[in-house]
Amino acid sequence: MSRLISYEVKDTPVHRLSGFTKLVFFILWCLVSGLTFDTRILIAMLILGLGIYVLAGIRWKQVSAVFAVIMFFMVLNLLGIFFFAPYQGCEIYGTRSEIVHLFGGYTLTREQLFYEFNVLIKYFTVIPAVFIFLVTTDPSELASSLNSVGVPYSISYSLEIALRYIPDIQDEFTRIKNAQEARGIEMSSKGRLMDRIRNTASIIFPLLFSTMERIDVVSNAMELRGFGKKPKRTWYSRKKLTSADMAVLTGIVIFFAVSMIITFHDGNRFYNPFIR
Amino acid sequence: MAERNSPIIEFENVSFKYRAQREPTLRDINLTINKGEKILIAGQSGSGKSTLAHCLNALIPCSYAGEMSGILRVDGNDPSKLGVFGMSKIVGTVLQDTDGQFIALTVAEDISFALENDCVPQDEMFATVKNVAERLELSDFLTNAPGELSGGQKQRVSLGGVLACDVKILLFDEPLANLDPATGKRTIALIDEIMKNDDLTVVIIEHRLEDVLYRDVDRVILMDGGRIVADKSPDELLCSDLLIRYGIREPLYIAALKAAGADLRSESHPQHIESMDLEPYKDRVRTWFHGMPAHNRGQASESALSVEGLEFSYNEKRKVIRDVSFDIKKGEMVSLVGKNGAGKSTLASLICGFLKPDKGVIRLSGQDISDLSVKERGEHIGYVMQSPNQMISKPMIMEEVGLGLAVRGVAQDEVERRAGEILKICGLYPFRNWPVSALSFGQKKRVSIASILIMNPDILILDEPTAGQDYMHYTEIMEFITDIRRRLPVTIIMITHDMHLMLEYTDRTLVLTDGQLLMDDTPARVLTDENICNRAYLKRTSLYDLSVRCGIDNAGEFAARFIDFEESRRGEAKDVQTDIL
Repeated sequence: MSRLISYEVKDTPVHRLSGFTKLVFFILWCLVSGLTFDTRILIAMLILGLGIYVLAGIRWKQVSAVFAVIMFFMVLNLLGIFFFAPYQGCEIYGTRSEIVHLFGGYTLTREQLFYEFNVLIKYFTVIPAVFIFLVTTDPSELASSLNSVGVPYSISYSLEIALRYIPDIQDEFTRIKNAQEARGIEMSSKGRLMDRIRNTASIIFPLLFSTMERIDVVSNAMELRGFGKKPKRTWYSRKKLTSADMAVLTGIVIFFAVSMIITFHDGNRFYNPFIR
Repeated sequence: MAERNSPIIEFENVSFKYRAQREPTLRDINLTINKGEKILIAGQSGSGKSTLAHCLNALIPCSYAGEMSGILRVDGNDPSKLGVFGMSKIVGTVLQDTDGQFIALTVAEDISFALENDCVPQDEMFATVKNVAERLELSDFLTNAPGELSGGQKQRVSLGGVLACDVKILLFDEPLANLDPATGKRTIALIDEIMKNDDLTVVIIEHRLEDVLYRDVDRVILMDGGRIVADKSPDELLCSDLLIRYGIREPLYIAALKAAGADLRSESHPQHIESMDLEPYKDRVRTWFHGMPAHNRGQASESALSVEGLEFSYNEKRKVIRDVSFDIKKGEMVSLVGKNGAGKSTLASLICGFLKPDKGVIRLSGQDISDLSVKERGEHIGYVMQSPNQMISKPMIMEEVGLGLAVRGVAQDEVERRAGEILKICGLYPFRNWPVSALSFGQKKRVSIASILIMNPDILILDEPTAGQDYMHYTEIMEFITDIRRRLPVTIIMITHDMHLMLEYTDRTLVLTDGQLLMDDTPARVLTDENICNRAYLKRTSLYDLSVRCGIDNAGEFAARFIDFEESRRGEAKDVQTDIL
């Protein structure tokens, strides 16, 4: 069964980094991308991000479906900004250079275009980072990385459990669906929409009950093996930090500091090309 | 090393009552288990055997609330004081559900799960996991996900998880329930090996007595109604009639010896058929065999379901079903067997139309059904899943049973009339207005079968109808299915791991291995054919050994006659019951 974004075992410099490094990198990277509107920094990040994406050897097929969904929301977001705040750019940059009058109260301005261009690159700085993080981080390592950045292990481990049982529950769903369909409960597109919604209950309830049984077994098994008794736990799958990790961590922290200084030194998050 | 013959587990007048129940589940348990012993605890569902096990790992009273009295010492400690976590370092528990207790994403992480929770440094964990994996032959699978393992491998992982903690006692809760017979046999051998190497004490809870006794057991504790009713060596117990009295199935060769009128003595060591002294009983068995009427093979009738040249693969790499052909006659009861992953479920899915074959034809009463949809096939071929909880979706019994007709647009009063009829056949009519949740597991199973039978199917496919059931419930379910077969013109196909089931209740067995049909013959012949049994991960029946060792050449016929004899005895018992009613 295929999942949308899934980890793939590979040996690239990015794969070799510890999950902790990648998580810290990912968090700081997204923070910078979220906070700054400095076009120079964003363009630098765009180039760097695409470079790492290529370095990580990610296949387009692994991420294309999710990419399409993100693109859809991005277009929606950009149009939304234009329709709800057509002069946001002018307010930010303090000038108004009109290009063409569209209709009603909507006039296209260079400031607005530039502002939305910034929003667009923000998307493109974050997207590769998300893909790189998810596709190159071993799911087993994910929980330990989250734990090492301060998330309590009971919470970070629940993520691992979810990853462990999702395929099982998918299988169970298919089995139940098949059996109910054989009883004549129509689930295919042939049935009427209302009937299909009502019929979904005939799968959801059995699925719920059999999942409950499973939860009981799992929680007993975990308790019998001492989960949750100590305030801390160690992790079999945690990768030790290497010199490469240290270099990346130092690099991203410096990058974070520098971009914050560049962004905020003049008291304004925006790089303004409209001032002469 | 630990001194032998000193007690490691001591129960003194222990009683326990679950908070939600009125009656105690354990009454006055007095039991001493010594270091290095291997103990089998047997009993029906509800006999208190699982409750007893939960006392050892402190799930009782720490996770299941209730009142406990008496004294329990495990390795000198009071489990209720140490708690579940403290006890997990002394008693390693391997649960029945090999899938559910696989917690982590990979084999290595699951083996180290308890160590992680105990804050063991990573390097130490690497060393322990490596060591344990080597001993359990899991080294090649360390990075595998649970979905990529067989049932037997998953169980070895669970065992690895407890061995990593250096425990003193291994506790197995029905370890054979989810395994095919050959894998179960290997598990028992593995337990034996580990216990001898590591000087451990082993407690096994299981009702499949014959399979556990494959390797020596020191004592069998028989439980009933919350009490210990017998504490004997297997040899003594097998000679008595206690097993039958308390609803535990005797090993088949023992049942056959007793049927032949042999007066078993513990001096002849009946624990293993291979090494048992049969000299005193041989003549009796031979006389009995020749005195029994020959097994009567049913006459062939019209074809109900025929499959020709069926092939299927999920991807190009591996064919899951390879050139399978067979022909099932009307009214037959057929078992479909083979190890986990042999293609049994896939074959059933192809017949029901959940999957489309790459090649081949499926015919229902001679008609090609490849054009019929899942729903249309569902009117002729009923499919009953393993657990009734996977099927039941309505709160009330009447509604659930009538569902198949209601969604096909049959009028409400007609639905109720037919549901009533089916409920009568299934012995559920008195409960027709009950909520499903008030029923026992066996009754729910009947509801799920009834809800399929209401559509009047020609074929009924049952997936593992008796999985995880003890002898009494097994008999209840199987007698019910036999009864259905007598009352309705339905052909039954059962997917099963249970060698007894296929031997006792089915006319014919289809043996699948790696997607191919290996054999299509009577169960007695299949289970007395060593070559087939090895290839298909079946376990040769002990009736074979018995007949060969008694000098009867036709082992298949011997097995068949014994099964006929058992069936007629069951029939008599039933007639007596009906007379009383």
